[in-house]
Amino acid sequence: MNSAEILLILPELTLTIGGLILLMVAAFAGDRVAELTNALAAMVLALALGLLLQGHVAAEPIFSGSIRVDAFANFAKILIYGAAIISLLLAPRFFARQGYRAEYPILILFAALGMSIMVSAHDLMTLYVGLELNSLAAYVLASMNRNDPRAAEAGLKYFVLGALASGILLFGMSLVYGFTGSTNFAGIALGFAGAGKLGVLMGVVFVLTGLAFKVSAVPFHMWTPDVYEGAPTPVTAFFASAPKVASVALLVRVCIEAFGSAMGDWQQIIAFLSMASMLWGAFGAIGQRNIKRLLAYSSIANVGFMLMGLASGSAAGIAAVLSYLLVYVVMTLGSFLAVLQMRKADGEMVEDIASLGGLWHQRPALAMALAIFMFSLAGIPPLFGFWPKLLVFSAAIGVGLVPLAVVGAIASVIGAFYYLRVIKIMLFDPPSGVAFPVSGNWMERGVMGLAAAYVSIFGFILVAPLAKATQYAASALL
Amino acid sequence: MLANFPIISTLVALPALGAFACLFLGDRAARWTALVTTLATFALGCLMWARFDVTGPVWQFVERAPIVGQFHWAMGIDGISLMLIMLSVFLMPICIGASWNSIKDRVGLYMASFLFMEALMIGVFAAQDLILFYIFFEAGLIPMYLIIGIWGGANRIYASYKFFLYTLLGSVLMLVAMIWMIYAAGTADIPTLMHTDFPVAAQRWLWLAFFASFAVKMPMWPVHTWLPDAHVQAPTAGSVILAGVLLKMGGYGFLRFSIPMFPDASADFMWLVFGLSAVAVIYTSLVALVQSDMKKLIAYSSVAHMAIVTAGLFAFNQQGIEGALIVMLSHGLVSGALFLCVGVIYDRLHTREIARYGGLSNNMPGYALLFLFFTMASIGLPATSGFVGEFLSLIGIYEASSWIAFLCATGIILGAGYMLWLYRRVAFGSAAGEDTLSMRDLSAREWLLLTPIAAVVLWMGVYPEPFLAPMRRDATAIAARMADAKPASDAQYRAASSHATTPAHDAAQGGAH
Repeated sequence: MNSAEILLILPELTLTIGGLILLMVAAFAGDRVAELTNALAAMVLALALGLLLQGHVAAEPIFSGSIRVDAFANFAKILIYGAAIISLLLAPRFFARQGYRAEYPILILFAALGMSIMVSAHDLMTLYVGLELNSLAAYVLASMNRNDPRAAEAGLKYFVLGALASGILLFGMSLVYGFTGSTNFAGIALGFAGAGKLGVLMGVVFVLTGLAFKVSAVPFHMWTPDVYEGAPTPVTAFFASAPKVASVALLVRVCIEAFGSAMGDWQQIIAFLSMASMLWGAFGAIGQRNIKRLLAYSSIANVGFMLMGLASGSAAGIAAVLSYLLVYVVMTLGSFLAVLQMRKADGEMVEDIASLGGLWHQRPALAMALAIFMFSLAGIPPLFGFWPKLLVFSAAIGVGLVPLAVVGAIASVIGAFYYLRVIKIMLFDPPSGVAFPVSGNWMERGVMGLAAAYVSIFGFILVAPLAKATQYAASALL
Repeated sequence: MLANFPIISTLVALPALGAFACLFLGDRAARWTALVTTLATFALGCLMWARFDVTGPVWQFVERAPIVGQFHWAMGIDGISLMLIMLSVFLMPICIGASWNSIKDRVGLYMASFLFMEALMIGVFAAQDLILFYIFFEAGLIPMYLIIGIWGGANRIYASYKFFLYTLLGSVLMLVAMIWMIYAAGTADIPTLMHTDFPVAAQRWLWLAFFASFAVKMPMWPVHTWLPDAHVQAPTAGSVILAGVLLKMGGYGFLRFSIPMFPDASADFMWLVFGLSAVAVIYTSLVALVQSDMKKLIAYSSVAHMAIVTAGLFAFNQQGIEGALIVMLSHGLVSGALFLCVGVIYDRLHTREIARYGGLSNNMPGYALLFLFFTMASIGLPATSGFVGEFLSLIGIYEASSWIAFLCATGIILGAGYMLWLYRRVAFGSAAGEDTLSMRDLSAREWLLLTPIAAVVLWMGVYPEPFLAPMRRDATAIAARMADAKPASDAQYRAASSHATTPAHDAAQGGAH
């Protein structure tokens, strides 16, 4: 360990120190300073983000090969910190009714730290520590509203299934370690050559299963709709964005760096997960009446599209996954910001899709923004959600996975059906009678407007820098 | 100074900006903004037509700016694109005028949808990059979905879904094929791809993927069922644009992609297209005969006319392709005008039931005159545009297959049947009720909408040369591209093999029939 290595993990150190200090502040000052803690936590994240943007990378793994600070990790971290900041911005007002608690921003900080470690992990042990740090924070966040039975259920369900997934993951890791003789990604990649084929394959399958739980790919997605529905909306927004980035990036790194030499083995598993997620995410969403459950299925389908990029295993595919993650995070956070606007005059949240009826007549800008997010999630050009879909299709077809691309194309048509339903209810249907007065501060609406502008055609303006950034990040892996 | 002026980008940007402005404007301002924008676009389109050099390079007004990788902002037009763009910009101000009084709800959004639609239509016909084309092609679904869903009739929700999902399902497979082509050819440039020879086995799959999209858009039997629903439910101007321009995207697609890019597959599947077209001409004409809803009748007649287009295109010869192009232009004008005619009486009586009308020639003589004119144009009476197109297509089709020509000609006779019968029931006889009798004749606004179309239909019928001239060379190029691949015709000179103009092997094959 030397000072150069310390410099490289400055963002993580910032989060650690900031989180610990704020924890002390919260412990002694209590919930009275919750708003202040929230603002300070956002600043800590912004500081970490600023440090990241310096762009320091190391060609080799650091800390005895356990951590990699490369362009790929940095790209993912930028998304994670950005999403975390937005999750902080929209929390205080949501929790205002039951009293905002100072734990929320601190948990978000530690979750972000865990995710940072996840995307940088170059060793199964580091990976597990990062994953669990994030998960523990997430379980508590899910049941932040202690008095709401739905939130308690969500937290418990998330915890039980998450623990099961962790167990499966650990089992797989132990098999991989046993057969390759290393927990280090580079060591595993080397060990593949001499290892017994069947044993290590079992390990790969279990590791991928455990990670598929975390990214909520079908058939390991069952917790997602319930947790998304039950958790407080800002927490759901957080779950749907930052941890998704972290776990997808982690999966990509494990597949490419650790299991790279066994690509033939995991490619079909990932392709199956991708196909199943795209189709089931589309079909499952059709019957949903709750907007948060709908977005949960939407996230499952989107993960399926991202896995299509990973299944291609090429540099173009990895770059496509990263582009997809960015656009997905913007669309998802934007959608949740719009969902947060769905509250009655007394502040009660409305999650029933039918109550959006005729939203255009009372809140045209909100309806327009939500319509843009929905069309974009459906991947209809000229909205920018089309672009990453094109990239993942292109990556898949580039390596000859045409059937996968065809399934994805058909799934996106099925998916369009339920996105269209939201638009139909908002724009075509007569008013539902539920009044949604303008609420929230200028910041929430501003961020929502920016997100809507980005995923409308304006995203195409920045398509060249985006391609450059994602290719640079992907080149760190391949 | 004008030499490097990016006229096509301006044509796309102008309505797009207008659309953006309309979103924020009040009803009255939005109407005027839309009208001014569409008229300005039309004027710019006319300027482009005037500056289009028939003898110049194939692709004119070319713009090309790299965006990322193979993806370029590549625009440029040949004669076919030019005429279809002219059709779009000509119909657009008429659509705005047709919605002037009948649309009262959310006018800003309505006008924005139409202007956005116009930008996308121009983009579709001018795009020279596969992905750019796809973006324009697919994006048109959004405004049309809104137009049908918000301002449509009673069953608008069902119609809007059906329109959207049907068309989307067709297009996504095309997207997969396009990406494959970009990898295989190493370019997304449409003019280059038009001369690229893909392996024959791959061509078939690619052709089928493109066919899925264009057949739905066209629409061809049996995937035409979205059209009657969409037409009946859409507001008048929506129907005009749907029939006038959106259906032409299918024909344009066949002409720009399927035939020149996959000549061997096109020849292989010629009989599929011929078969579907022949069924469509006869079947949908018969269906049109029994319709009680005016809009539905015209919608079915559109399917029948489009079948003549597909049959003409897949005859792979000069006359067939030129004829199909003129039918496309003519049908765009005539069916648009017929939907406007339906809109005129719908605005007065709020029903499209044919049985509720009658004797309109008594109290609405001006209307009856124009309606008769467009009915005749739809039938294909000489001196109207319909005649030129149908005659040329039938010559072309006859050259390829006399049986298909026979079936298509039968469809045209049936077409005369349902159109004349429609006219008789609406304009002649006695009024169905007091309210029918009290309907006023055309207002000045309605005259202004219909007479320009009538003038162009007459112009195209009497002297089609200005319309044909820009497209002639493109039609020749496509026919030449198909010359090697196309199957031998069954309409050859049977007589002496000594006939100088008939190549010997053709005569031998022709004799076998």
